[in-house]
Amino acid sequence: MSKASALMGARSDGATMVEEMGLRGMITVKGDLSDIDLKNAVTGTSGLDFPAQRQISTVEERALAWMAPDELLLLCPHDEADQMVATISRHLAGQFATVINVSDARAMFRVSGPDAREVLAKLAPVDLHPDSFGPGEMRRTRLAQVAAAIWQSDDDEFLVVCFRSVAQYVFDILSLSAQDGSDVGYF
Amino acid sequence: MSTRLSSGGRLVNRSATCEFTFNGKRFTGFEGDTLASALLANGQTLMGRSFKYHRPRGVVASGAEEPNALMGIGKDGKFEPNQRATTAELFDGMQATTQNHWPSLELDVGAVNSALPRFLPAGFYYKTFMFPRPFWKHVFEPVIRKSAGLGKAPKDRDVDRYEHFYAFVDVLIVGGGIAGLQAALTAGASGARVLLVEQTAAWGGRAAVDGVEIDGQAAGEWINNTIQELKNMSNVRIRTRAMGAGVYDHGYSLVYERLTDHAPETGGPRHRLWRVRATQIITATGAIERPLSFAGNDIPGVMLASAVRDYVVNWGVSPGDRTVVVTNNDDAYRTALALLDAGLSVPAIIDARADVTGDLPQALRARGVDIRTGTGIATVKGGKTVAGVSVCAQAGEGAATDEIACDVVAMSGGWSPVVHLWSHCGGKLIWDEDHAHFRPDPDRAPVTHDGTAFVRTAGAAHGTMSTLDVLDSAAKSAIAAVEAAGFKATQHDLPLTNDVVEAPMSPVWMMPQGAGPAKRMKMWLDYQNDVKVSDVMLAAQEGYESVEHTKRYTTLGMATDQGKLSNINGLATLAIALNEDIPQVGTTTFRPPYTPISMGSIAGEARHDVFQPIRRTPIHEWHEAHGAYMEPVGQWRRPYCYPRNGESHDDAVAREVLATRQSLGLLDASTLGKIIVKGPDAAKFLDMLYTNMMSSLKPGKCRYGLMCNENGFLMDDGVVVRLDDETFLVHTTSGGAEHTHGHMEDWLQCEWWDWKVHTVNVTEQWAQIAVVGPNARKLLEKLGADFDLSAEGLPFMGWSEGKLGGFDARVFRISFSGELSYEIAVPASQGRVFWDALHAEGAEFNATAYGTEALHIMRAEKGFIMIGDETDGTVIPQDLGLGWAISKKKEDYLGKRAQERSHMTDPKRWKLVGLETLDGSVLPDGSYAVADGTNANGQGNTQGRVTSTYHSPTLGKGIAMGLVLNGPDRMGETIQFNKVDGSTVATKIVNPVFYDPEGEKQNV
Repeated sequence: MSKASALMGARSDGATMVEEMGLRGMITVKGDLSDIDLKNAVTGTSGLDFPAQRQISTVEERALAWMAPDELLLLCPHDEADQMVATISRHLAGQFATVINVSDARAMFRVSGPDAREVLAKLAPVDLHPDSFGPGEMRRTRLAQVAAAIWQSDDDEFLVVCFRSVAQYVFDILSLSAQDGSDVGYF
Repeated sequence: MSTRLSSGGRLVNRSATCEFTFNGKRFTGFEGDTLASALLANGQTLMGRSFKYHRPRGVVASGAEEPNALMGIGKDGKFEPNQRATTAELFDGMQATTQNHWPSLELDVGAVNSALPRFLPAGFYYKTFMFPRPFWKHVFEPVIRKSAGLGKAPKDRDVDRYEHFYAFVDVLIVGGGIAGLQAALTAGASGARVLLVEQTAAWGGRAAVDGVEIDGQAAGEWINNTIQELKNMSNVRIRTRAMGAGVYDHGYSLVYERLTDHAPETGGPRHRLWRVRATQIITATGAIERPLSFAGNDIPGVMLASAVRDYVVNWGVSPGDRTVVVTNNDDAYRTALALLDAGLSVPAIIDARADVTGDLPQALRARGVDIRTGTGIATVKGGKTVAGVSVCAQAGEGAATDEIACDVVAMSGGWSPVVHLWSHCGGKLIWDEDHAHFRPDPDRAPVTHDGTAFVRTAGAAHGTMSTLDVLDSAAKSAIAAVEAAGFKATQHDLPLTNDVVEAPMSPVWMMPQGAGPAKRMKMWLDYQNDVKVSDVMLAAQEGYESVEHTKRYTTLGMATDQGKLSNINGLATLAIALNEDIPQVGTTTFRPPYTPISMGSIAGEARHDVFQPIRRTPIHEWHEAHGAYMEPVGQWRRPYCYPRNGESHDDAVAREVLATRQSLGLLDASTLGKIIVKGPDAAKFLDMLYTNMMSSLKPGKCRYGLMCNENGFLMDDGVVVRLDDETFLVHTTSGGAEHTHGHMEDWLQCEWWDWKVHTVNVTEQWAQIAVVGPNARKLLEKLGADFDLSAEGLPFMGWSEGKLGGFDARVFRISFSGELSYEIAVPASQGRVFWDALHAEGAEFNATAYGTEALHIMRAEKGFIMIGDETDGTVIPQDLGLGWAISKKKEDYLGKRAQERSHMTDPKRWKLVGLETLDGSVLPDGSYAVADGTNANGQGNTQGRVTSTYHSPTLGKGIAMGLVLNGPDRMGETIQFNKVDGSTVATKIVNPVFYDPEGEKQNV
């Protein structure tokens, strides 16, 4: 059966490009992040390094992000999510931990181009200066009026995760902010 | 007459002309002109009418402080009123119109007010139009509104776009004069992240106009070199056309950048509002020259001395042929020098000081200019233009000694530092006797979280006046700022400057000192709001001792210029009238923004389609494609109904209800809140959260529950599902998911932090579809499931999960309609395909999509409550006959104790009943049940109110629910409900369950 992401890969072209990236597996893990069993279950299953506070560790389509003092977000290919949930849950059986597939509750965007950083700085109250926000850093913040998480994935490329229901809104404000002729020339 | 000089003008490019229109007349200016300089260059000195008296007004200033020359600029979707001609940069094709006059700028009948100033003194409106009260709204106000006012609001939608930008810096420097530039140099050298902003298009402030030299370089050269140096610093960013608009707590500040006002045909945003978080802020905002209060000081041609020389030096414009300079300080002599250098005539300098010995006056004397010491202006001659001045002794009452013909009066009452940004966040001021001005008190700076100063001042904004002091204060403030921000400062050698010796100024608050009432009525303090010396004195006489009260009584400083020219003169006048010292009287409060900023910049991107986020379900596009009439539910848009081929909404709703009750309806219920509550203490937690018992719910089962806040009031309701021993799925109302989730986290984090419970909001993970009606099971069976769908296998209030027609489904057998009903959740990515499959397979059962109104009607037919209809934040479950859902066994739950309070247990609380009009009509929404007699306010008594009311297509009549006094005990009684037309409708109190009271239909 065909599965649909929120915007079916919509994109806006320009010097800075905004693309919806399609479906991505996303798993919320809640628990005691200092617990060695939890760390092992998550890193062992995903093959990713455990992230420090406000960090994200990435290997190709998989990523592990620190979300809150008791919460992680694991990203993976969409069709791997259920299996990952099952595996991590099995490792953590009997422990106070919650592992939930939230893949379909989200939408994911790529913002790329020389002004990508500025585009986000028009919408997020975050210090995005390259000295303060580089690869490996992940920020839960807002884009204009909705919650979002952002991180730098490449030199001129940032990834954005938001709730699925507001995907169109996020696509629209990113595209609007990326319009040619609106570069700030700040960073 | 004002005109363009044959040469000069450091800011204009004479090779680039700009055509523009002024009230439809065609004029020509140069690139680099402001609208004001271009108008003066074209001989147009009359630029507006005053607010109250419609007096003819010309430009007074050359910058942000301008009170008079306010214009409407642009047309249609680019029209904006109340723009200062002094800060509006000229562009080719500009269309400017003047304001507040009828029929024309030259001939304004409103000017009759000017002949009657004695009838329009301070407080005139307060005193005159108090009685009779109704006259204010219908008679006085419309007339006054017509005669008073500034620009007209735009009629068209703004076609421009706007945006925000977030910047985080170590040091924000506001003001790009030499002080700001020096501060940026010093701060930049430390490696700190620096943002320097300048409100105009040009760097350097007044230095180039005033002939400043730094280290042997002319100011212009030093400025250019400094800009280059700053541009080469990778840690420094500099922006022109960017005004520091406001300073707020913890270094938050707003910078208002005007990107295309000077070039409206350029693409991109018009304004950008920078939301800056700065560790340290330096205000290098300069100073504003003060007018002098003499009779006739508002006649077009009377200008600030600094503005006169700005027009000559910056724009190569002569404001007039013969300029009389009137001053109380040496600085104004620079204007006389500039005029002479431009070949213009200065017939006299009128200096209020008895003794005038500074370097600048000596230089003027050497050039043969007539300097009249100890004198003042008795009155300015002229109407729409200055014809001359009569001179008097400053010390006297104003007997004229002689007259001097002139067409411009250049006045200077001294300089006031621009302290606005310093003051926005609590910086205090100190009165400086020497300069007769308030300046920032460095010992009482705005402080941040740790009590240390986060705003510092530099240059004239600091109260320093000589070039050397300006640069010195800037460097020192920059060093202090970067060190406070954790950087190591590089010491800076003081430059050599060409400062001259200036003699002290002498404060002059009224000219002449002993002017009588007749003269005081012609001395303008606030040009924009037409407040005169006589008004402030009247306020003092009538007992207004506080400057804040006087401000409001007289409207001094309350116009769009916020009193940039008038405040100090006004409060000095008040101090004199009260016989107090100026510092005792104090200033009014400085509030952001420094000058008005556009509403568009505040809105930023939030306009049109993205004014607000609209939440869409995975099935949203289908709804739109099928003509759904949408309604907002929180930020969601949900189909209200799906009208077909010209169907009315009522007809569509009726069709949807009947199709569902008779066969099969499909509802997109994806917006329902879904929260996972998991952990060893999850059951205990839900027992506290809900009024009924949730811990006894078995895995595989669903239970309806009520959630109250700690005050006992019903907050949300929904079906709780036990997924396994430790895991619950909590359904909330569509609008209540975020709030309920927050409520849970509040209790878990703040009160029961040691309970082992996790909550995760999974609302959007699932598309949820209600399959409702007698044929619901048949449709599911047709799709095929790998789990038991039979009445026994999946009984009412049970749930199962597995593959349903190839979809990953969780099926809850619950009903909000009274029919056989399933709510089926599939992952959101499968939602649309699943919805399509239900329609395709359900076609044989006439599967009908229904909207929220059909949902509401069907639940009302069953007597089910709706949060937000039957509840409004004051209703408890006991009011709604929901006692069955309140556990008597539980020791506690949120709201329990509140519900035991006397008022909550009062038998007189209105209770839920069904209502049926005797004539079958639909009760009006919000209708009240009338009772005998009247209350203390003379209003009719009431005994109940309607909470939900509909036409029931199933029953073919109006049905309603309502809260009625002793309602459940009055079944069958007829009471009267009021209607909008004043009549009432006889209504019978009935059981709220109108349809299938035995519940046979949902339980099959």
